[in-house]
Order: sequence, then C-alpha cells, then structure tokens
Amino acid sequence: MKTLNRDIWVFGDYRNYFQNRVTLQLLARAGELAPKTGGSICAIVFGHDIGEYVSEYIAHGAEKVYVVDHPQLKQYSIEAYTGLMERLIKAHRPEILLIGATCFGKEYAPKVAKRLKTGLTADCIDLDINKDGLMIQTSPSFGGNLIAEILTPNNRPQIATVRAGTFQEISHNADAKGEVISMPIPDDLPMERVRLIRSERLPKKGRKIEDTSVVICGGRGMGSKQKFKKIFELAHLMDGEVGVTRPVVHAGWSGPNTLVGQAGRQISPKILISFGISGAIQHTAAIDDADFIIAVNKNPNATMMKLADVAVVADANQACLAIIKEIKKKIQL
Amino acid sequence: MLNLIVCIKQVPIVSELPWDSKTGTLRRELAEGMVNPSCKHALEAAIRLSDQHNGKITVFSMGPPMAEEALYEAMAMGANRGVLLTDKRMAGADTYITSLILARAIKKKCPDFDLVLCGDQTSDSETAQVGPQLAEELGIPGVTNVEKLDLSTHTLCLERQTDDFLEILEMDLPGLVTISPHYYVPRHVSLGGVQQAFDYPNVDILGTDDLELDPGLVALKHSPTKIIRVYSPATEKENIVLKGAVKRIVNELFDRFGDRIGGAMGKDLKTHDHP
Ligand SMILES: Cc1cc2nc3c(=O)[nH]c(=O)nc-3n(C[C@H](O)[C@H](O)[C@H](O)COP(=O)(O)OP(=O)(O)OC[C@H]3O[C@@H](n4cnc5c(N)ncnc54)[C@H](O)[C@@H]3O)c2cc1C
Repeated sequence: MKTLNRDIWVFGDYRNYFQNRVTLQLLARAGELAPKTGGSICAIVFGHDIGEYVSEYIAHGAEKVYVVDHPQLKQYSIEAYTGLMERLIKAHRPEILLIGATCFGKEYAPKVAKRLKTGLTADCIDLDINKDGLMIQTSPSFGGNLIAEILTPNNRPQIATVRAGTFQEISHNADAKGEVISMPIPDDLPMERVRLIRSERLPKKGRKIEDTSVVICGGRGMGSKQKFKKIFELAHLMDGEVGVTRPVVHAGWSGPNTLVGQAGRQISPKILISFGISGAIQHTAAIDDADFIIAVNKNPNATMMKLADVAVVADANQACLAIIKEIKKKIQL
Repeated sequence: MLNLIVCIKQVPIVSELPWDSKTGTLRRELAEGMVNPSCKHALEAAIRLSDQHNGKITVFSMGPPMAEEALYEAMAMGANRGVLLTDKRMAGADTYITSLILARAIKKKCPDFDLVLCGDQTSDSETAQVGPQLAEELGIPGVTNVEKLDLSTHTLCLERQTDDFLEILEMDLPGLVTISPHYYVPRHVSLGGVQQAFDYPNVDILGTDDLELDPGLVALKHSPTKIIRVYSPATEKENIVLKGAVKRIVNELFDRFGDRIGGAMGKDLKTHDHP
C-alpha cells in the first residue's frame, strides 16, 4: 500500500483510562516524531459516547481525531474494531500506526497488521525517524542483553506496539484545538464471530508499584525464598514496593504481579535499590526512569552495576540486612 | 469427531544465545531446545477437549530439523500426528511470514479443522503475534490469552482476564485460541514415553516447495520487518563504586546519599553521626 500522507495515527485505547495512559503517552511521542515525518498527529477512536476521550486526546496533542461513535461499538469488540481500522487505513493511508501494548492492543495490532499486509514490532522501547523518513522501531531482542533496531521499509503503514510507561505524556492543554472527523459505521461490517457474554471489572489491587517513590528490587542473587523475605522487610520499612526479576517469580519467592521488566511492570521511582540482579535488558528496559539507582552485586562487572548511580560490591543478603539495621536506627532518632 | 490443531514452537532452554551478526538472527542451531511452556498448556487444553469429544490432534511446528523432537514430545503427551515445516528458506521469518507458512500447511494437511490452539507467547521472543495473525490468515475468528474453554456443539465458550476485566466470550467454529499458561497445567511425560513416540514415527516433514508457496519466497527477504542493527545498551551515569566491609559501605552510603534516600521515603535520615 502506498501512503497518501505522512500522518502518524495513534489508536485510542480508553477502556482503562484512569489506570492506563498509554494512548496519551503515544500521542506525546507522535508529537515528537511528526515534525520529522512532516505529517499530522491523529487519534482514532471507536465506541459509543466517547466525546470525553476525543477532547482528552486533543488536549494531549492530537491534531485530528477520527471517530466512529455508534451503540454497536459500546463494548470493545475485536472483529468490528479490526474491520473499522482496516477500512480507515485503506481510505486515508497514513505512514505510521501506534498501538498501546495493552492486552487488547496486543491482540488487535497483529490482526490489523496482517489485514494490511504490513510489518509489526512488539513492545518497542523507543521510536524515532531516520534520515530516509522511516520509523526506527527499537525493541529488546534475542532473549538476552541486546537491543534491535527494526524497520518496515516497504510496507505501509509502519506499525508498532508500545507498553505503558515507555514515553511521557504532555500536560493537558484545554485550549488546544483539533479537528474531529466523525464517520458513520459502515453497514456492511461482517457479523461478529466473537461475542462478549459477560464482562466484569476485576477487583483493584492496592497501591501500584508504578506509582511509588521507593522500589526495592531483588533478583536471583538473593539466594533463597527465606533470604528473599529481607527484600520485603526493607520495602516495608521504607514505605516502598517490591520488584523482582523473572527467575524470582519462577522460583516462587514472589508473585508474578511484582515482576519488573518487559513482561511485567514499568517503574519510575525516586530511588531504586537493586539486590542480586544481573541487569538483563528485559529487566532494565523498565527501570530507565528511576531517578537514582543503588545496585548491590558481588560481581562489580554485572550490567546492573554499570547502570547504577551507586554500585555496591557486596553480598546481597548482608547488604540488605545492614541497610535495614541502619534505617531502623535512623528512624528511631 | 473434533479435529484439533495445536501449533508449537521449540525454544532454547537458555535465554542468552549467540546471534549471527551478518543476518541479525539467533543461531538457534546452537541451543538445546524445549517445547515453549505456553504451547504445552495449549496442547494440554487440546488433549482434554479431545478426550471429552472424541477428537484427534495434529501438531504443527515450524523450525530447524531438530524441532522434530518437540513434535515427538507432543505425541508422547497425547497428540496423534505431527507436521514439521522446515526449510532453510523459512529461516529468519518474522511473525507475518511465520503465520503465512503455518496457514498454508494447515490448509494443505488438515483443512477440515474445528479449532486451532496456540500458546499465548513464546519464551524467546514474546511478541504474542503469531496466534492472532494465523487466525487472520486462515480467515477465522481468534481470541487470545484464554484461560479456560468449554465446547458445546458449534460454539466455544471462553474465559479470560484482559486489561483488568474478566471476560466470558463465545466464539464460532472453526476458530483459533491462544492459551495462557495458568489453568491447563501440562501432564508430565517420562523420557521413556518420548522414546516410545519415536518408535512409531508419525511426522510429515514439509519444505517451502511442498506448500505451493511463491517459489521465490525467502522468509528473511520477504518479511515486512527488517532488523537493521543490534547492539548492547550503554549508560552515561557517574557510577560511584563502593566496596569493602559491608558495614563500612552502608555507613558511607548513608553519609553520602542519606538525603536522597530519606527524601524518597519522605523522612529525614541524615541527622545522625557515626561514632
Ligand atoms: C522474552 C523475554 C522476556 C523477559 N522478560 C523479563 C522481565 O520482564 N523481567 C525480568 O526480570 N526478566 C525478564 N526476562 C529474563 C531476563 O532475560 C533475565 O534472565 C533475568 O532478568 C535475570 O534475573 P536476575 O538478574 O535475577 O538473575 P541472574 O541473571 O541469574 O543474575 C543474578 C545476579 O545476582 C548476582 N549474585 C549472585 N549471588 C549473589 C550474592 N550472594 N550477592 C550479590 N549478588 C549476587 C550475580 O552476580 C548476578 O549478577 C525475560 C527473558 C526473555 C527471553
């Protein structure tokens, strides 16, 4: 497919608006890329009674918003949404489409890319435009410590998914102006072959690791489940949250909801203390936004130690215990 | 009779594999393989459905020749036959081309299927894209991250958790699901069982020519996405290194950075002097 313009489209994924601001974050990044492509920043919104999201997207940088508002679209529906996006893209032929890597986005993007016979890169940690005007899709790769830059040179649009927390939203500007382009629902959308019977919101978890200013991360180097309890003790003492690496989840020392990394949570604490973690890219891609990192590892050459503001060469357990003692002492004063 | 297909992938046991700097792809031939964990859950789900509804299971895998082992492991678990798609020209396929090749093979070897089951993602790349793209390529509905399924006549009832919602869905058949590794814990197979499966070879091996793909198709060349550069991440932090006796290090840590630590905790820590 040849493009008609250099526009950057962002899929408006509003279902968990208050928990997940990935659409706003993508609009912000699109705003940084648009001057390099020379196109407009567009949001695409499907649903019913969605005016408030349309205004939010304009206030966060969308210059145009394509809207299909119809009772039939009240619930997120994978087949209708795929068909709508396919038609819209074939009609308007943008250069780039960005989709948040929510559960829905991860199901949606591959289908849209396949329908349009184009490429897709999952879970990008950065996006940029190269000198030929192509989007560089940077994504962790090869199961280890490597990062790959990926292009979709010949097919359009260039599509990427991005996890929440990768980019920063711009602040809300109520005076921003944007063009709203409303479209009717096509009358020949195929019958839904997947039907939602029931949907209920799962109970909210407590304070989230994404929002805390202190995160204590523990890795395989803590040694055992018993010893790992010190990580929880320190986090509790500092009124922070616990983050872990994948081997820790696999060993059952902590639950999957504490996983920090590409496959888990993205964090941006004021302080991160990391114990016994080697620093694989799948983990460190999620801690970029930590203001200050203290890493403890017996191996001074571990990648995590190089990424730290302060690298403490020591046994992870002994150091954790000593820090607990020190803080207890200082709080009592 | 219920006609089930399971797509499985052999993945490296270790996550850190050498890669070929010329092509930018993994040198998988160097790794010992195992069946991707969530693919095993998909197979377990298929076996339970098959037991309830008198079904048969065909397992497909695309990969290097040694991926045949994965098919025998699947048969030891309870699959009836296997199809291995292997060809140098398939190497370096992105998810677009992988799903295209799998779809061709399914249409050729097992066109009358009722349900395709895939793992929700692989442990070595985690894109989670092949399942949904395969559904598109086959022109059938697909649902990802399914935790439980229940079959009655010609609709499938599905339960899943997605973006903080619990959803119950109904899907027409034929269709495709990707299975999350929670509910369908795979049955154990003994080494002896795998050995036995090898004694009754029931695996078809197909290359690109057998699939009537475009004769010029070379996965690396025709994949829409191209890897242009691979590198390891760098950093530009001051990187102060503290070493020595633990107690001394921790004292130094709080002397120099107590403000920062306390600031993040919302408490004043630095007022204390060490004797
Ligand atoms: C597709 C994919 C996605 C992934 N997603 C994630 C993800 O989201 N999050 C994640 O965390 N991982 C993820 N991983 C796994 C990741 O690649 C690493 O394997 C993992 O992060 C390593 O965890 P670790 O640092 O705890 O363990 P290791 O790599 O084993 O490191 C342990 C460290 O502890 C140190 N150590 C050992 N003993 C001591 C001691 N007594 N005192 C002090 N230090 C000690 C060692 O020197 C070493 O540096 C993913 C992998 C893949 C392939």
